[in-house]
Amino acid sequence: MFTAFLIKYAEIGIKGKNRYLFEDALVHQIKFALKKCEGTFHIHKSQGRIHVEAQGEFDYDEMMEHLQKVFGISGICPVVYAEDEGFEKLCDRVVRYVTEVYPDRNKTFKVHARRARKDYPKESMEINAGIGEAVLKAYPEMSVDVHNPQILLNIEIREKIYLYSETIPGPGGMPVGTGGKAMLLLSGGIDSPVAGYMIAKRGVKIDAVYFHAPPYTSDRAKQKVVDLAKIVSAYAGPVWLHVINFTDIQLYIYDKCPHEELTIIMRRYMMRIAERIAKETGCLGLITGESIGQVASQTLSSLIATNEVCELPVYRPLIGFDKKEIVDISQKIRAFETSIQPYEDCCTIFVAKHPVTKPNVNIIRRHEENLDERIDELVQTALDTKELIIAE
Amino acid sequence: MEVYLDNSATTRTFPEVAELMTKVMCEDYGNPSSLHRKGVQAEQYLRYAREVFARILKVGEKEILFTSGGTESDNLALIGCARANERRGRHLITTQVEHPAVLNTMRYLESTGYRVTYLPVNAQGCISLGDLQQAMTPNTILVSVMHTNNEIGTLQPVAEAGALIKRMNPYTLFHVDAVQGFGKARIHPRKMGIDLLSVSGHKIHGPKGTGLLYVGEQVKIQPILHGGGQQMNLRSGTDNVSGIAGFAKAAELLYEHYEDDVRRLHQCKRYFMDGVRRIEGVKINGLLPDAPDGAGTAPHIVSVSVSGVRSEVLLHALEEDGIYVSAGSACAARKPQPSVTLQAIGVERSLLDSTIRFSFSVYTTVEEIDYTLRAMYDKIPMLRKYTRRR
Repeated sequence: MFTAFLIKYAEIGIKGKNRYLFEDALVHQIKFALKKCEGTFHIHKSQGRIHVEAQGEFDYDEMMEHLQKVFGISGICPVVYAEDEGFEKLCDRVVRYVTEVYPDRNKTFKVHARRARKDYPKESMEINAGIGEAVLKAYPEMSVDVHNPQILLNIEIREKIYLYSETIPGPGGMPVGTGGKAMLLLSGGIDSPVAGYMIAKRGVKIDAVYFHAPPYTSDRAKQKVVDLAKIVSAYAGPVWLHVINFTDIQLYIYDKCPHEELTIIMRRYMMRIAERIAKETGCLGLITGESIGQVASQTLSSLIATNEVCELPVYRPLIGFDKKEIVDISQKIRAFETSIQPYEDCCTIFVAKHPVTKPNVNIIRRHEENLDERIDELVQTALDTKELIIAE
Repeated sequence: MEVYLDNSATTRTFPEVAELMTKVMCEDYGNPSSLHRKGVQAEQYLRYAREVFARILKVGEKEILFTSGGTESDNLALIGCARANERRGRHLITTQVEHPAVLNTMRYLESTGYRVTYLPVNAQGCISLGDLQQAMTPNTILVSVMHTNNEIGTLQPVAEAGALIKRMNPYTLFHVDAVQGFGKARIHPRKMGIDLLSVSGHKIHGPKGTGLLYVGEQVKIQPILHGGGQQMNLRSGTDNVSGIAGFAKAAELLYEHYEDDVRRLHQCKRYFMDGVRRIEGVKINGLLPDAPDGAGTAPHIVSVSVSGVRSEVLLHALEEDGIYVSAGSACAARKPQPSVTLQAIGVERSLLDSTIRFSFSVYTTVEEIDYTLRAMYDKIPMLRKYTRRR
């Protein structure tokens, strides 16, 4: 029955003079999200609120599902717009609203009126009382509870009169794009898509880099990463996925460096390459799915070793999360089923039986000198031959 | 250069087949069940297809049921036969090395109260007739044995098994999964004691989604698909006319010069195996003890274990040069667990994940084989150098 929706946003409301930037970004993201839905939608900003109005046929559930992925939305209220035809008509309209929305009326309620238009002949308190009376008269089984009502009937008097009582929760966060852009190291595992999701939630646009190692990793492993990037894009908007062919670098490290340090040195080169692309594409940071102690390359000592090769900050939103907690979010964003497809990624193919867990940065640096002869050339080739896939 | 050596997974469709199918789909698109002329025209293709297969298999036209492929044929044969004959008994026999279409259907039947005996195989992948004889009971209603193993190319003693079964109990039915064997061998069900035979279209240069089940005249089965009563009420559903026509065309073309093709395939296989043997640390699976040239095995399948190289990595390394092969068999390649067939023939643990299948077709040339061997000589030493150190 509802064709119009009021979008509530949380943190944007407290912004200062640049508030319009956040609102415009949110409108933009809502438009993008609804592009994939059946039907046409009119989205507009007025008097500090964003309205979504469906024009003609649309699929309510589908629209809701998409809106619930737009960061910056704290709640979605299905709303009825009524013309101002006098207070009596308004009371009738509210009673009809209750009839339509609540088949079971054995409930407590409260009327909450607000006058944005102060020339309205009644004050808010009078409106509350008048409408409450009309509802009670129509439905004696209902009762008023001003502290803890089961139904909160919101009446907003503006150009038109808005009636709403239900709020469907949104994902919270900030509109994507308002927080700049960062580069996600996307591996195909469970953690990295979750890390991307969490940073996107704070309004950051996500680009991604994937290290492909043919013939050790297959085209299906790559397709899996593209699929994960698409899942992230449902929240973060289009994701530019840079695919780097990492095989030659990996084999060169294998040839020249101690095997226990292979993973850590490999990760240092991944960070270096990711940072090069990040800087070229205007990203303001790197994002990884690391969590302390999860694997050998994610101990605090190992993180010192991988961290020191970058100038840009490295954001690790999962750093204090247990696997279980990460899996929960992965399932929530529906990435889990894709993440657990059994294709090998480039981090595991040559992993040593006992990789170093407490690497000494000085030693690592010295061993990296073994690579001096060709590594710059290999890195440059990898960057020159990178493939760009836009996932959306 | 593109070298497609995964013909046991599927084959390239013959151009004549695609042409005929286009004609059927665009011009003679009627429903054979329709009463009007358009329907009658479509029905002609079904008649043609039945004639072709009846001639090749030397069976009656009414004994051919068209299906959606090998899997449906196997399901219909096993489930349909078990259901129709359960009054005689609830015991079934098969082998440990069948295709999942048979193995998993057998497991399903087990879950509905049938008892199934899985015959073991020797190091060549062959069952023993002695084991079969011992497994037979008065309650055995069906024996299912594949003609050609899809992973290693073993030929089962199908004719001998058929004779043995009929001698022991004329009521026990005999199903043969000939998905890999059809087109590579003469298969005459009536002479081999076979009551039910599964064939697939896309393994013989026909279209995917087509297949047939031969059901001997005297054999009772119950349908598993219910509906409009097509195909003597045994396989309802509008006939896939274009697919069936293409499938028959492929079989017709294949059996025109079948003997030359099989001879040439055997030559290719010998030539390839000689080349493979020059690589250190390789083992060819499924060959008979006194026949290193591959005599007595399928002409088109070579299973090679390459020590110290993971099969998936070798597969992708060959792919970089345009060579397409399979790790294990296509149906098993996407699952992490090791192949049942390779385990059953006693391949060493360390080689289970190092086994590649090459499968040839009439399109395979000596140049392609040379190219593939060169790629293997090139890549295997490199791949062995870079491995997970233990």
